Amino acid sequence: MKHKSWAFPYSIWMVIFIAVPLLLVAYYAFTDEERRFTIDNISRVGEFTPVLMRSLWLAAIATVICLLLAYPLSYMISRMLGSRRRTLLMLTILPMWMNFLLRTYAWMTLLENNGVINRVLGWVGLGPFQMINTQGAVVLGMVYNYLPFMILPLYSIMTKIDATTIEAARDLGANSLGVFGRILLPLSMPGIKTGITMVFVPAVSTFIISRMLGGGGNLLIGDLIDLQFLGNAYNPNLGSAISLVLMIFILLFMSIFNQFGDEEEMEGSLL
Amino acid sequence: MKNNNIISLQGIVVVYDGERVLNGINLDIHDKEFVTFLGPSGCGKTTTLRIIGGFVEGQEGDVFFDGERINDLPPHKRKVNTVFQKYALFPHLNVYENVEFGLKIKKVKDTERNTRVREMLELVGLRGFETRNINQLSGGQQQRVAIARALVNHPRVLLLDEPLGALDLKLRKEMQVELKRIQQSMDITFIYVTHDQEEALTMSDRVVVMKDGDILQVGTPQDIYNEPANAFVADFIGESNILDGVMPKDFVVDFAGRTFECVDKGFAPGELVDVVVRPEDIKVVAPEEGQLSGIVESVIFKGVHYEMTVDVGGGSWLIQSTLSEDVGTCIGMMILPNDIHIMHKEGDAK
Repeated sequence: MKHKSWAFPYSIWMVIFIAVPLLLVAYYAFTDEERRFTIDNISRVGEFTPVLMRSLWLAAIATVICLLLAYPLSYMISRMLGSRRRTLLMLTILPMWMNFLLRTYAWMTLLENNGVINRVLGWVGLGPFQMINTQGAVVLGMVYNYLPFMILPLYSIMTKIDATTIEAARDLGANSLGVFGRILLPLSMPGIKTGITMVFVPAVSTFIISRMLGGGGNLLIGDLIDLQFLGNAYNPNLGSAISLVLMIFILLFMSIFNQFGDEEEMEGSLL
Repeated sequence: MKNNNIISLQGIVVVYDGERVLNGINLDIHDKEFVTFLGPSGCGKTTTLRIIGGFVEGQEGDVFFDGERINDLPPHKRKVNTVFQKYALFPHLNVYENVEFGLKIKKVKDTERNTRVREMLELVGLRGFETRNINQLSGGQQQRVAIARALVNHPRVLLLDEPLGALDLKLRKEMQVELKRIQQSMDITFIYVTHDQEEALTMSDRVVVMKDGDILQVGTPQDIYNEPANAFVADFIGESNILDGVMPKDFVVDFAGRTFECVDKGFAPGELVDVVVRPEDIKVVAPEEGQLSGIVESVIFKGVHYEMTVDVGGGSWLIQSTLSEDVGTCIGMMILPNDIHIMHKEGDAK
């Protein structure tokens, strides 16, 4: 490459803003307040296993729901023509232009015990239901906020699937299920993988959504980390340790996930 | 219905966005014949093919397959297979898996499936390519995979939508011969769509000439070439000189300022007609011996013959001759009565 040297400033950038902070996190994780080496922080992370599990579990549910919602929608949009396609795509991305906090606050007022939904239900003699401060509300918040990150990669891979490829499959005897299983699914696999990564990773480490919609009882690992740095529990060493463990979990998840069906990714990217 | 017909289209009308793409098509396709739909783009030939394949539904009319009405039968249940224009191979499957696709769907047993796929790859000359990736193949090879993928299902009818359009001239000629050979060895019906008249004449048992959603003429390549139904067909099939003429009575026609003897009859006295003369049917003679004379305007060498444009009293004529004449010379032209084709003015034809 002729312009290899141009990448040099970028490598400095990477060292300062990625490598150094990571090393700092690791340093904090393995030291105590007096900067002496210790593994106490790491071993204390075990105390928070239920929170970690809850985070992984809720993020996984949210990811699956996002996939189930986004897949048919992306397919429909990808099969549309010109202006209708652009309009619908715009509509799916539009919420992302609104501030993240604002969007989540909006859900608070909707879900509250005397919020909009419960009041409307009250008029027809239903409820009130406990919606805010539940795990369901947290999953809802995750799905709502991260859905576009699932739709976009799926949509962009599906626009590359030629309509005649699908016609050819039907011509050769495949019914709708056959077309889906043998053509659509394998050809859209790279998009599915990207989408899952882009939803799961931020969802598993979120803290605002769980705090606002999940109440005190549904803290996630992200909240825990936040509390160690900015909350009453102030303990940056422990916070760093939790972050480190979370990161390892995510890396583990990603590497397992990327091993699975590597072939399709390769072929899909050749499209 | 006659037992020889495998497919019968009756009064098919297709309207897209208020535009009539097919204007009430009636057509019988015989079993085991090679039929070509020929026409300029937008004439409705591909739509007709898609009607048979089940990808387009007509607003009016019926499609019969083996005497059975199949209007509502979805594509995956029809006994026809298609070779698509841009092949539409499955990019995530290799050559073998692409060909195998239809048989796998139909749950054909492993051993039989294997035999049939290999047999088919043999037929299209792709033995040894089984594990190749689709995007490692050339256009011609992809074409062969598409044909094998369709034929392995043993369809009664194979539909081919301009399958050779993307290939270069030499490869196209080879594939034309190849396709004809495959059709004969498989002994099934081929329905072939093309805008290339030479392709249509080379391969077909019958040619269906289409224009603006109508069928203009159905016939053998010889019929279509020698007895075109109207000036459009004459012009579309091969080169033609098309002139305005008048038929004062049977066997006589006036055009280019002269009276000619001809072999046509049955026109109204004094009817305005189109006169078609093929460039190769005009004989170049000495100026004083010709029925017509003109000045050579240009000469192009075409390999087997020379192609000349000749100015005849202000009108430009195309002549093909094995001998070249110098530009600017005056030549005489002879046309035999048999080579003068008279047809009704287009529009009155139907």
